[in-house]
Amino acid sequence: MDLFRAHVLVCGGTGCSSSGSAELIKRFEEQIAKNGLDREVKVVRTGCFGLCEAGPVVIVYPEGTFYSRIRPEDVDEIVSEHLLKGRVVQHLVYKEKADEEQHVTLDNIDFYRPQMRLALRNCGVIDPENIDEYIAFDGYKALAKVLTEMTPEQVIDEVLKSGLRGRGGAGFPTGKKWQFAAASKADQKYMVCNADEGDPGAFMDRSVLEGDPHSVLEAMAIGGYAIGASEGYIYVRAEYPIAVKRLEIAINQAREYGLLGKNIFGSGFDFDIFIRLGAGAFVCGEETALMHSIEGGRGEPKPKPPFPAVRGLFDKPTNINNVETLANIPQIILKGSEWFASIGTEKSKGTKVFALGGKINNTGLVEVPMGTPLRDIIYKIGGGIPGGKKFKAVQTGGPSGGCIPADYLDIAIDYDSLTAIGSMMGSGGMIVMDEDNCMVDIARFFLDFTVDESCGKCTPCRIGTRRMLEILERIVEGKGEEGDIEKLEALAENIKATALCGLGQTAPNPVLSTLKYFRDEYEAHIKEKRCPAHHCQKLLNYEITDKCRGCTACARVCPVNAITGKVKEMHHIDRAKCIKCGSCMEKCRFGAIVKN
Amino acid sequence: MSNHNEKYEALAQVIRDHREQKGALMPVLQAAQNIFGCVPLDVQEIIADGLGVTLSEVYGVATFYSQFSLQPKGEYVCGVCLGTACYVKGSQKVLDKLCSELGVEVGQTTKDGRFTVQATRCLGACGLAPVMMINDEVFGRLTPEDIPDILAKYRAS
Repeated sequence: MDLFRAHVLVCGGTGCSSSGSAELIKRFEEQIAKNGLDREVKVVRTGCFGLCEAGPVVIVYPEGTFYSRIRPEDVDEIVSEHLLKGRVVQHLVYKEKADEEQHVTLDNIDFYRPQMRLALRNCGVIDPENIDEYIAFDGYKALAKVLTEMTPEQVIDEVLKSGLRGRGGAGFPTGKKWQFAAASKADQKYMVCNADEGDPGAFMDRSVLEGDPHSVLEAMAIGGYAIGASEGYIYVRAEYPIAVKRLEIAINQAREYGLLGKNIFGSGFDFDIFIRLGAGAFVCGEETALMHSIEGGRGEPKPKPPFPAVRGLFDKPTNINNVETLANIPQIILKGSEWFASIGTEKSKGTKVFALGGKINNTGLVEVPMGTPLRDIIYKIGGGIPGGKKFKAVQTGGPSGGCIPADYLDIAIDYDSLTAIGSMMGSGGMIVMDEDNCMVDIARFFLDFTVDESCGKCTPCRIGTRRMLEILERIVEGKGEEGDIEKLEALAENIKATALCGLGQTAPNPVLSTLKYFRDEYEAHIKEKRCPAHHCQKLLNYEITDKCRGCTACARVCPVNAITGKVKEMHHIDRAKCIKCGSCMEKCRFGAIVKN
Repeated sequence: MSNHNEKYEALAQVIRDHREQKGALMPVLQAAQNIFGCVPLDVQEIIADGLGVTLSEVYGVATFYSQFSLQPKGEYVCGVCLGTACYVKGSQKVLDKLCSELGVEVGQTTKDGRFTVQATRCLGACGLAPVMMINDEVFGRLTPEDIPDILAKYRAS
């Protein structure tokens, strides 16, 4: 094996790929060869580093220098200065705040310091398309241990004792799930990985698949051994082309090495994995719907029981786990359940990956021990709210979750604390909102999503959520009526109680949680026809102030000729004509137009 | 015309490859969508015959999933992300601007068949919010003012 004196790690996750990291890799390889360094320096395309805000990200080892927002033209300088002469290119190094001293390595960046990376341990560290790198980081060691030293019962017991709970949403104990599937007698069972990550704003599963696909394969094989399944299916969103490609590569490599297939490690255990692509249906994240989709049908859920552990995929006992859940398994086997159970809170063990997004300085993926205060995630790791704006709420749990207001910033995050305040863990999306975001509109946004994604099988979800959406649309357009809030609450309770699957049962949550914490905003819309966040277009009034220079730009852009005024004189908006499109405000170069 | 026949031959091959597979309908529809750019009724009929399922079942699946389209899409498919992270950062305004520039509504294709406007689900590039994709190219950190210049590039090509 060749030894290199330096490694250039370039993030190949979706975020950085979107901002051109593939071009960077090409340029690095060209420049390194041009400088005659190709036997000394190796370029590695890794999975996601997590700090997507700073992308494309490049890390140079052995120093661990963290370069951010690198453009192709910066590459030449890094090669000629850093790699050739050993001088760090300071002006390209990631800076936390513009006025602060410059940080250099991963360990001393605030974004990473409070983190604990278990599920993401290999993301941004290894080349996900090279099985040897995974093996070098103890890869497939847990599978070997399980197959050669442990009985299926011992494996299940270890997972049970670790306290691991499903990371996909509901938080059901993983060991219990395995136990149920193991108890079912059948000639064929299936192990399924749910990689249909549909929650908007959550992308941790994609990052695991892109950055460390073998950890999921290894865990599926371990699970297969524990429950007695010889086949596994990974159901992955078609919207994740990089993840799909890396999974295919990983499966082929594992088969070549005999880590998937017949008689693995000479133990007599057979296990193979197949990929199935989703086709853009959110409801397929629900396990019974997902199985229908793998079977080739419409992704509609069905009532439980029978549970998948009894009758699942192709009518055989089936166990379904989420990607992040599985990524924890190999380490639990290697380091033991006691180690895992020592991390986190009483009822939520281990770590959780969150996707931080929205109005926050450091968007990206963060992994912290369960029980970390929400405030630490948003301010210490996330770097707070940009533009000096005020924090208003954080939305967790996607369309099934709720909005958490500033009063609860100090709660320690785990499954139970989030449920207690009307939200939920969900898959770990965390969207931060500031004072400019209207909470009624956010509720409308999520209902719009669920109405669109409802499969239509059960009435409460198909019709009930549509009625809720219609009321919310009226409210944000200034046509809200007395009694609307009560109607929303009544509909919400009925839908929660009667919908067939998790999608419908949780669909009202965004409305209920915003009603609970931001009722005054609903009332302002309905009673005063006013949007306190100045967001809802129909409720705004545009006015021209005395900053106006009379340039006529606004009058020319107005689609309904509502603006009048002479050149070089102050203009006026006729409110009766104004359709509140906001074009004039966008066009004004003097900041003379205000909305209120 | 040969191109036309090649497509149907490719479809026939896909059906032969998957015929014995459990749950073959989805992978076959996905392949057909890639080959033809959409799954019109005649393609659905061929799939139904080939896999030995009813046309209603094929139609049921094809209309259930948003990825399958019964009509052809434009040369350039512009998808503005309406995931939560993009939405709170103003992607609705980007989408509105795109629609007004192209003179179509969401889901429609321009009369010349060049551009289709879509509102997409979360693309997972939340660090670049608000995000738009035109075919495979990603545009991030957008404002409505960026749209005319981006479109001009594609209009010229």
